[in-house]
Amino acid sequence: MIVELGHFALVLALLVAIFQMVVPAWGAHRGDQRLMAVAEPAALCQFGLLLVAFLALTYAYVTSDFSVLNVASNSHSTKPLLYRISGVWGNHEGSMILWVLILSLFGAAVAAFGRNLPGTLKANVLSVQASIAVAFCLFILLTSNPFLRIEPPPADGNGLNPILQDPALAFHPPFLYTGYVGFSIAFSFAIAALMEGRLDAAWARWVRPWTLLAWMCLTIGIAMGSWWAYYELGWGGWWFWDPVENASFMPWLAGTALLHSAVVMEKRDALKVWTVLLAILTFSLSLMGTFLVRSGVLTSVHAFAVDPQRGIFILTIMALFTGGGLTLFAWRASELRQGGLFSPISREGSLVLNNILLTTACATVLVGTLYPLVLEALTGAKISVGAPYFDMTFGPLMLPLLIALPFGPLLAWKRGDLLGVAQRLMFAALLATIALAAAYAVFHRGPTLAPFGLALGVFVMAGAISDFASRARLGKGSFGDALRRAFNLPRSAYGTMLAHFGVGLMVVGIVATSAYREEKILVMKPGEETSLAGYTLTFRGVAPATGPNYREEVGVFDVARKGAAVTRLEPSKRIYDMPPQPTSEAGIYPAWRGDLYVVLGDAQKGGGFAVRIYSNPLVRFIWIGALIMFFAGAVSLSDRRLRVGAPGRARQTPLAVPAE
Amino acid sequence: MRTKVEGMFRILAVLALMSAAVAGAFAVEPDEILSDPALEARARTISAELRCLVCQNQSIDDSNAPLARDLRLLVRERLQQGDSNEEVLEFVVARYGEFVLLRPRFSLRTLVLWLAPMLILLTAIGIGLRTVFPRAPRSYGTTPPALTGAEEERLKALLAEPEEPKND
Repeated sequence: MIVELGHFALVLALLVAIFQMVVPAWGAHRGDQRLMAVAEPAALCQFGLLLVAFLALTYAYVTSDFSVLNVASNSHSTKPLLYRISGVWGNHEGSMILWVLILSLFGAAVAAFGRNLPGTLKANVLSVQASIAVAFCLFILLTSNPFLRIEPPPADGNGLNPILQDPALAFHPPFLYTGYVGFSIAFSFAIAALMEGRLDAAWARWVRPWTLLAWMCLTIGIAMGSWWAYYELGWGGWWFWDPVENASFMPWLAGTALLHSAVVMEKRDALKVWTVLLAILTFSLSLMGTFLVRSGVLTSVHAFAVDPQRGIFILTIMALFTGGGLTLFAWRASELRQGGLFSPISREGSLVLNNILLTTACATVLVGTLYPLVLEALTGAKISVGAPYFDMTFGPLMLPLLIALPFGPLLAWKRGDLLGVAQRLMFAALLATIALAAAYAVFHRGPTLAPFGLALGVFVMAGAISDFASRARLGKGSFGDALRRAFNLPRSAYGTMLAHFGVGLMVVGIVATSAYREEKILVMKPGEETSLAGYTLTFRGVAPATGPNYREEVGVFDVARKGAAVTRLEPSKRIYDMPPQPTSEAGIYPAWRGDLYVVLGDAQKGGGFAVRIYSNPLVRFIWIGALIMFFAGAVSLSDRRLRVGAPGRARQTPLAVPAE
Repeated sequence: MRTKVEGMFRILAVLALMSAAVAGAFAVEPDEILSDPALEARARTISAELRCLVCQNQSIDDSNAPLARDLRLLVRERLQQGDSNEEVLEFVVARYGEFVLLRPRFSLRTLVLWLAPMLILLTAIGIGLRTVFPRAPRSYGTTPPALTGAEEERLKALLAEPEEPKND
């Protein structure tokens, strides 16, 4: 009964979305306030209905209602509650429900918090947003309905892939989708602005918070996925240039460019063409990510050709929105008045460079991801494009970006003084040089150029601190003055500095762990000991254990450093009950200098087990860096100027924003 | 011997924000490892370039599939027989086709793949230059046309107005 209610709510949501797509836009076209006013309640209603649909499906999962086909194929009664819930979006149909739910949540948020938006803009934005909802509700109802029943219901379900039964991965999709789908707001704003022909600094100010929120969620979502891969897949790798990863990375790259571009547009009324184009492209890339992951085209072009229904549907949606958006852009772009002028050496100029490099990097990933698919579809020839290709093409683009990064925020708007900025970065350069020398002194092995990579990361971090010092005019005037200035800096300035610091930290982590990783692969018998990276590991033996829905063999390792016991690591090999699939759980000892990572392998002939031990120096900096970037976004988002709408209206008191 | 250029690319790769950190062997079993460390290191370098044919986007170095193990053993066998890195790759490609290479060779088929990043960069730079130096003769260094009489009047009126507090 509840499941049918959910199904019914989904159909109603589609009807409401159709209504919301047509009526407000018609009202905006005719200048009819009453028709436009419909958008707001419609958006809230659409969200409410989709929430009912989502909760109904969740209910079916939690109560293990195996008369629902989707639950029977993807869940199992012995699964812990958390994974019964995360199982809702652990499959195609359920994840699409989550997709439209988040889409409507953003629409409802614009309806609820966008009180200061001009009436026509708001109506058009919500109308465009509804058109996306219409497309995806239709997609779910016609090709991927999760509410279908089966008769007779099976005694138990097929279960969820055990490597997906993990806390980080349980929350990875919601964050990722919030990021993906959040960019739909930027898209809707761009389309609405192009429709109205009004595109100014105020527009950028309205778009920024939504873009920032989406970017934050995408950042943390990707980081969670990477962290999961690191500890769960048992290889200690954290990024594989897998097409599925690339699918989420491309919107991130474009979204990062969009975020920076929107700042220029807000402050200086420039880079309009870039901002609008990036808004359209970022969401298009999100749609493409959905297509790549959801159509099955990645597994094999042939698998896609055999059952192309879903793929063709998403491809059509993608073509409609991307094609429509770009056509509208091409038609209206020439009318976009070019705003504030600036010299090449200026904040604006540095952000143009940022856009150039990020979009090129994004396009490079796009080409590498799609090339094998397109080539096979066109000629039948099969080639592979893997990590070595991306390292060779993506890497060199990041180098100038990272070198230029600290200069950007220090350059003045309109016309900057490169020499003056270079002087202010002397401190950062000095720290980088010290890092370079220290790295050469400490590490005697590894690639010759790796210390330069570390130094670059330090340069970016120190550059962020220099930016802060320079804004507070630290060292000029009294310390109290500097403190007061620092306190009065806008939160968005803090956001910038923190985010850039996070990038630097991430670079240090990436370089250190890639260049100075150590490993040892050997056979160990109980009682034997070995050493790696200053740690001594004593293998105590293997003991069997049982979990809620798996059995495992746990290896016990005592870890000591300089004769003192440090920890006990217990890597295990698990066999899940349903589906019966082996997984490997690494034993990880996290320390500031890096992780000690132990994996238990198979039993060997003549006793003993294969054991893999890795030392991953500073690897945590990668995720801490991402976390700082997420936090930086939140700080920036809390900036008053972003919350209070249009600029220059002093009489407008801040709206009471309910606690979220 | 790895060439200097390759070494440099490796570092650039390392600098990439999210480059592949799969430098180590994760699926290599203890019994596969060659006693000669230099030869083993070469085997690992080669393994990272070869695709496990039955997996999705994994190198044979990362995969624990039986086929990947066979390939790893094959690579080591060829190395022990004195093949160069190139010869080993050539041998594997001759057996399994170009699909096995994770870094596709430069050929007519992959022309677009390899040239695209450079072309895209040039296009983006072109668009960037257009942004910085708009076509309209309004950029720095050119003199705008002189003000008309009416404009002069308006300017005077504007300058005479008291300045509004700046809001930013």
